Amino acid sequence: MAESVNDSDAESRISFGDYVVLKRGDVFKSVQVENKKKVIFEKQWFFLDNAVGQLFGTRFEIEAGGSLKLKAAKHSGDSLDSKEAGQDNRHILDDGKSQKLTRDDIETLKEQGLKGQEIVQQLIDNSTTFKDKTEFAQEKYIKKKKKKYESDITILKPSTRLLAMMYHGREPGKICHLRYDTLAQILTLGNIHAGSKILVFETCAGLVLGSVMERMGGFGSVIQMYPGGGPTRAGMESFGFPSHFHETLHEFPLCKVNALLAGTLDLSEKDADGNGRSESSQETSGVSEERSSEPQSMEVSVDPQEEMRRVERERLREQKAQEKKVKMEEKRKKLASAAALLEGRNADGLVIASRFHPCPVLMGLLKFIAPSRPFVVYCQYREPLIECYTKLREQGGAISLRLTDSWLRHYQVLPNRTHPVLLMSGGGGYLLSGTTVAADAAKTRNQHKSEEPVAKRLKLDEISSA
Amino acid sequence: MSFAEYSEIIQEGDVVIIFLGHESMMPIKVQSGAQTQTRYGAIRHSSDLIGQRFGSKVTCSKGGWVYVLHPTPELWTVNLPHRTQILYTTDIANITLMLELKPGSVVCESGTGSGSLSHSIIRTIAPTGHLHTVEFHAQRAEKAMQEFKEHKVSHLVTVRNQDVCKDGFGITGIADAVFLDIPSPWEAITHAKSAMKRKGGRLCSFSPCIEQVQRTCEALLDHGFEEICTLEVLLRVHDVRAINLPLPDFGPEEGSADSSQMASDVSQEVAPNTGNTSVICRTATPPREMAGHTGYLTFATKPQCE
Repeated sequence: MAESVNDSDAESRISFGDYVVLKRGDVFKSVQVENKKKVIFEKQWFFLDNAVGQLFGTRFEIEAGGSLKLKAAKHSGDSLDSKEAGQDNRHILDDGKSQKLTRDDIETLKEQGLKGQEIVQQLIDNSTTFKDKTEFAQEKYIKKKKKKYESDITILKPSTRLLAMMYHGREPGKICHLRYDTLAQILTLGNIHAGSKILVFETCAGLVLGSVMERMGGFGSVIQMYPGGGPTRAGMESFGFPSHFHETLHEFPLCKVNALLAGTLDLSEKDADGNGRSESSQETSGVSEERSSEPQSMEVSVDPQEEMRRVERERLREQKAQEKKVKMEEKRKKLASAAALLEGRNADGLVIASRFHPCPVLMGLLKFIAPSRPFVVYCQYREPLIECYTKLREQGGAISLRLTDSWLRHYQVLPNRTHPVLLMSGGGGYLLSGTTVAADAAKTRNQHKSEEPVAKRLKLDEISSA
Repeated sequence: MSFAEYSEIIQEGDVVIIFLGHESMMPIKVQSGAQTQTRYGAIRHSSDLIGQRFGSKVTCSKGGWVYVLHPTPELWTVNLPHRTQILYTTDIANITLMLELKPGSVVCESGTGSGSLSHSIIRTIAPTGHLHTVEFHAQRAEKAMQEFKEHKVSHLVTVRNQDVCKDGFGITGIADAVFLDIPSPWEAITHAKSAMKRKGGRLCSFSPCIEQVQRTCEALLDHGFEEICTLEVLLRVHDVRAINLPLPDFGPEEGSADSSQMASDVSQEVAPNTGNTSVICRTATPPREMAGHTGYLTFATKPQCE
């Protein structure tokens, strides 16, 4: 097999315009690399300019003035340990005087531009109790101080893993408290893969959309159903997908679903929409709109200069109207292409993760899915999903319904100190998943195969033990 | 039909999943002229399956009916013939996300086992990625290869019959991710590292016992891996049902509403049929017993080489 992949190529190097994820310890932040842009991360500010040209995964130190400097290969100066150690803490008193350096001293050290590691060494040298601490306690002390004073940052390539962990850590409210292990379930239970046609309805900042797109790898199509004026995609943008991925992304407003289903969706509405503009399109496009209404306000005095300005404004307005027309036309085309994709009612999957009541969304969108395809609904709360479950049972058209949640526990693994991490997440939301089947006359339903489990071939519990 | 690509119509040679009812399914291979017995009667492949749409209802000879489903890695996981312990969907989902698998990824896996995870990996990395899977048990390796062929994904996977701890994965410098599910993963870390790309990659090891995790983490640290992280994920399946809660009788109350009035204050529905008043509510209860442990998942990043 010819399997030599040249992996030191351009795509693994950081360049201007790239979306990257900054990492310090367990904290992440997503930013776009721009010329001379000041970035604030974990109470520090710096410029990313020096990172350009370096490989993703590179570690940097922040120098005075906010410039990044390549971190020297590690393992060299990692020998902070002192050789002495105590057995237990029977002689260690908490008198608050064990550290001989004062806060001011430390500040001075920092101002002198001392490296994080050197400061930590100073703290150790000036701690009267350090050498009495047990080996484990010493290690813990160093780790804690390192975290505070050694401020390396790593620049990483965005991925679902990093962005999902970032959102969950920083802004869980924005993603309906969707935990990353739950997102993992969504993508797998939804059988998201290249070449499919997937419907996504989400109000998770575009994170779920982005994760679906990552799994499709630019093959197939994604139709984002959106509420209100337009789709939210900030999270998706942070993935920094190549441009051909965007060609597979379509959007369709939820408020036009009924019209589409009824066959009354008017796709020639470019003018209808365009004429009644300002007002009506303010709702639909929202963004490019703000300034078009302001020129009308002051047109009382007429001196020649004012006149000239008026003409100029007129010209600008015309130009704007032209641009708008083009935009409207583009929008119409996009709507038509999304509608065409939906009309076949043969989508390969449905993913819902929103702050809206999932029941009507599910019932409405399930109509676009082909039989024998999976669907997954996320909700932060369990009760709305119970309702969905009941409704689907009544209505039919779906089997293998499962209401689940997952439980995630992290472990500290260290020699002689292995245990679950003290703090764990209380809940990562709930999922309802199932498979569509051909709808039938609804009569035969609930006859012989109701909900009772069948003993035969029940192989669920084979996990017993190894 | 392929495990990595949907199709609409059932064809000869396809593997389909017969859905018989609650949690009861069976995989069958479609062959013209063949018949499959179910407890609802026989299914005749030529007339009942070939040419039908996936997801349609098929009436069996005794008048009962079943649904025929398009195979997916998830359905396969609950239906496959076990040759070993297997990984289930909950762990697979987390492995896939944390290893950052996507179309185009090159992945190493060992052991292949029953191929539960393999199918899932193949689905995710298709059409441009590749799976290199290593299984030291000759018969299992052979069987897996045969299955990949039947499932029309063999172009996406290479099965090697060798000992990963001794001989490695059979490739160097091309993997984006490595997955280990073997009894002594720490013995395979060197090979994992050399299989991975120069620019780095992700590794996951699945172990049921904490002692295995301990040794693996030490080995990972020794080999310069970073972001080492061990976690455990469990799935709770909730049983949705209507429950009946009887209301206590406090006897008649002086000059006030009777107890059935009170019932409607308590909740939405009152059971009308019985003499005793009770309240019906819809709820979801966790199962009486559930899988409490499958294995610890240890993840790590191989940093770029200097």
